[in-house]
Amino acid sequence: MKLELRGITKRFGSLVANDDISLTVEPGEVHCLLGENGAGKSTLMNVLYGLSAADAGEIVVDDEPVAFSGPADAMAAGIGMVHQHFMLVPVFTVAENVMLGAEPTRGAGLLDVEATRARIREISEQYGFDVDPDAVVEHLPVGVQQRVEIIKALVRDARVLILDEPTAVLTPQETDELMGIMRQLTADGTSIVFITHKLREVRAIADRITVMRLGRVVGQAHPESTESELASLMVGRPVSLVVDAGTSDPAEVVLAVRGLTVVDDRDQLVVDDVSFDVRAGEILVVAGVQGNGQTELTEALLGLGGRVRGSVRLAGTELLGRSVREVLRAGVGFVPEDRRTDGLVGQFTVAENLVLDLYDRSPFARGPMLRHARIRSNAAERVGEFDIRAGSIDTLASTLSGGNQQKVVLARELSRPLKLLVATQPTRGLDVGSIEFVHRRIIAERDNRTPVLIVSTELDEASALADRILVMYRGSVVGIVPGDTERDVLGLMTAGYAPEQAFERAAAHPTRTGHPEYGGDGDEGEP
Amino acid sequence: MFTVLGLGALVLFGLLAPGGERSTFGISTAGDIVEIDPLGVPSRQAAILLALLCLAVAGYAFLLTARAEPVPLWLSVLFGTAFVLSFLTWAVAGETISLTGALQGSLALSVPLIFGALCGMLGERTGVINIAIEGQLLAGAFLSGVVASLLGNLWVGLIAAPLAGLLVAYLLAVFSIRYLVNQIIVGVVLNVLVLGLTNFLYGRLLSPQAGTWNSPGRFPRWKIPVLGDIPVIGPVLFDQTVIVYCMYLAVIVVHVALFHTRWGLRVRAVGEHPEAADTAGIAVNAVRFRNVLIGGAVAGFGGAYFTLGAIGVFSREMTAGAGFIALAAMILGRWKPMGAVFAALLFGFANNLQSVLGIIGSPIPSEFMLMAPYVLTIFAVAGLVGRIRPPAANGQPYIKS
Ligand SMILES: Nc1ncnc2c1ncn2[C@@H]1O[C@H](COP(=O)(O)OP(=O)(O)OP(=O)(O)O)[C@@H](O)[C@H]1O
Ligand SMILES: [Mg+2]
Repeated sequence: MKLELRGITKRFGSLVANDDISLTVEPGEVHCLLGENGAGKSTLMNVLYGLSAADAGEIVVDDEPVAFSGPADAMAAGIGMVHQHFMLVPVFTVAENVMLGAEPTRGAGLLDVEATRARIREISEQYGFDVDPDAVVEHLPVGVQQRVEIIKALVRDARVLILDEPTAVLTPQETDELMGIMRQLTADGTSIVFITHKLREVRAIADRITVMRLGRVVGQAHPESTESELASLMVGRPVSLVVDAGTSDPAEVVLAVRGLTVVDDRDQLVVDDVSFDVRAGEILVVAGVQGNGQTELTEALLGLGGRVRGSVRLAGTELLGRSVREVLRAGVGFVPEDRRTDGLVGQFTVAENLVLDLYDRSPFARGPMLRHARIRSNAAERVGEFDIRAGSIDTLASTLSGGNQQKVVLARELSRPLKLLVATQPTRGLDVGSIEFVHRRIIAERDNRTPVLIVSTELDEASALADRILVMYRGSVVGIVPGDTERDVLGLMTAGYAPEQAFERAAAHPTRTGHPEYGGDGDEGEP
Repeated sequence: MFTVLGLGALVLFGLLAPGGERSTFGISTAGDIVEIDPLGVPSRQAAILLALLCLAVAGYAFLLTARAEPVPLWLSVLFGTAFVLSFLTWAVAGETISLTGALQGSLALSVPLIFGALCGMLGERTGVINIAIEGQLLAGAFLSGVVASLLGNLWVGLIAAPLAGLLVAYLLAVFSIRYLVNQIIVGVVLNVLVLGLTNFLYGRLLSPQAGTWNSPGRFPRWKIPVLGDIPVIGPVLFDQTVIVYCMYLAVIVVHVALFHTRWGLRVRAVGEHPEAADTAGIAVNAVRFRNVLIGGAVAGFGGAYFTLGAIGVFSREMTAGAGFIALAAMILGRWKPMGAVFAALLFGFANNLQSVLGIIGSPIPSEFMLMAPYVLTIFAVAGLVGRIRPPAANGQPYIKS
């Protein structure tokens, strides 16, 4: 199926999110959309999928102009979409989610679950998915949830599949598997529109690349272009992909974690006797495949949830057993993993979100009263500094693009005096330019003699920032290694190999570059 | 998956109840409980036996939780029944009550609760909280009474009842879905509006000219052959008015529709994750609008039970909070029709007990018995809700971008 967008324009108030955009997706190709945060990629895809109506322009399918009044029309025309934030009902089973909106029935509106199960099995077989139709979606790992989304589209015979930042939440191994699936799909003639900020992936899979900036198409790029060529085309200036971390000068131990153990709601031991130090002026990166206890570790530091034992001392004072507010007051900056639920209040404005944990203190409050002028001037400053692309500081946070929501959280946490910075996946969903900026800020914080603890599943990020890297596997510390440790070794450690073994194995079997054995023990029931 | 709250609630459920039990058989005295065919039960032993059953159920529930398995509904029902029976055995020790009579009374009080709970469920499953059930019941009671009285035809009155509920629901839907006014506030306002309106009309018309305006009469009871002759169950369940038979039907229809049809799947998706439903091509607000209207009609129909089913005349504020208890029944029943039925029966039973025990003069002060259903409600809403998950998008308006 050939798909054309002609002159699509979409405005939100005075903001032009899509400005006269035209592009063509040929049958069986992977068409990459590249662009900064807020460039308008998701907006364009929402128009294409019938979720929002364009102010001008037309969509042409196989040379026939079509008009979509809702996603149902788009699906009928053969367009499927996997959203940046998954659109699955958590309490439904896989089968229920898959059939929703296009339910097979046995007359009288009675659901025919068996037919859906059969379809799911059929598709799973064809593409090598391992998906149980009767599993409840909320219990599935994200990688599998994404497969459910893809099945949802395939069941409706999608000939064009839109994938909006599908790899942002995947482990490298899951990403590789997704790439494999994409190749199979295109081999069957399905076209794919692929949005990502990871240039490595673009180079690996794209047949055609369209670059967007500030709501416009600024050009096409060749799939053979280098990553830095792509980056500068996207941002409009040269970008350094690896920030020069300079030299660090770690001093005294400020954060001392001893025997930290966390048991979750399901009585699972999720953090098992973890001990480490972070020094002033040092960045410690906690690496590992997602779901090995990193999230729970940071939440325990902050005083959130779970049953926690052990000790966490910040400059000699015990933090465990204190409330979140007290911990924040003690000077801990925290960037949570899920910005949408833990980092922002969607129905508050950007300005309000920028003072979310500072609102009750000088200079933003006088007694019980908020000082709105200060809050606004603060917001204007932060928005400029962090290049947050929002219509205005009064825009609701929920309408920001994914990357810009992340920037709001970062701007808030990084712009007050800190005694400790804890950041989980600080650059998830950010474009390369913003990653460069955020990395610089984190390094500046380090040079300011703040101890920094970063949780990242991106080995590139770990290598770029870390003075030391702590690798976690199944809740325990596999080892703590220097920041310049080779990727291969790190990859093996994230799969549970102790450092010495990992060094040996990596020396004996150097892996193909870019495909380290990352979490390769099939832990999550993947094929 | 069980949340911390769930665990807490179960500990409460498991530990508090046995505590209550011990006091029960502690106070029990020897005596007989007599039923239609005088079926004497040594009250002490019976109470102890039932209490042990309660304990066993609680223990099993605890075990299930420990194994991180959900506690099935029937277990809660069994617990509730055993608890109540044990309590009853103790309370009527040495006296005689008619079991059939007690159950009939309970069902009578439960009918509007069940209709109300179905109404609430239809709304909340799509994410719209309906506080106006009380108003819808009252409107149904009023209009059915007046219409039946004016036209001298009960059936026309019965048709008018859902229309009254529908009208109230329409207002709720328009304001809360289309104009995004807070759902709770609209609901409260509607309750006050219906109450005021019916009171006014009652004072002006129904009371002074009761002959024309307020003498609808009642539906006769229809005994179902064979089924109606079963002892105890027969007269309780199968010798009822058409409204009660419709209720049986409504419960079954709603259950099947919610969990086994395309319509139900869409309804539940809208209540759990409206964006997901939207991207699957479902018109979220249309589904919500429609369901609030259907719910209103159901509640309105249930309102007719007050006038045409039970009393035979309309009286001021005759719903007396049933709409709110219905909400509690819905929550206790975990937004499921069958669950709501059992919760409503429990409430109806407790409410009925108060009058029965008042008559026979039981050891418990009648003030306490008056409180009982409400204490039960608070327990239901506060204690047991923790492990029940309401529809995720409940109460949140959906604004399309
Ligand atoms: N509903 C809305 N109301 C107002 N503004 C909106 C709305 N949705 C999107 N925008 C704005 O449109 C612009 C483009 O957003 P979009 O989500 O398309 O960006 P994106 O290219 O997908 O970015 P990212 O890479 O961060 O996901 C942003 O400035 C955003 O704030
Ligand atoms: Mg986006």
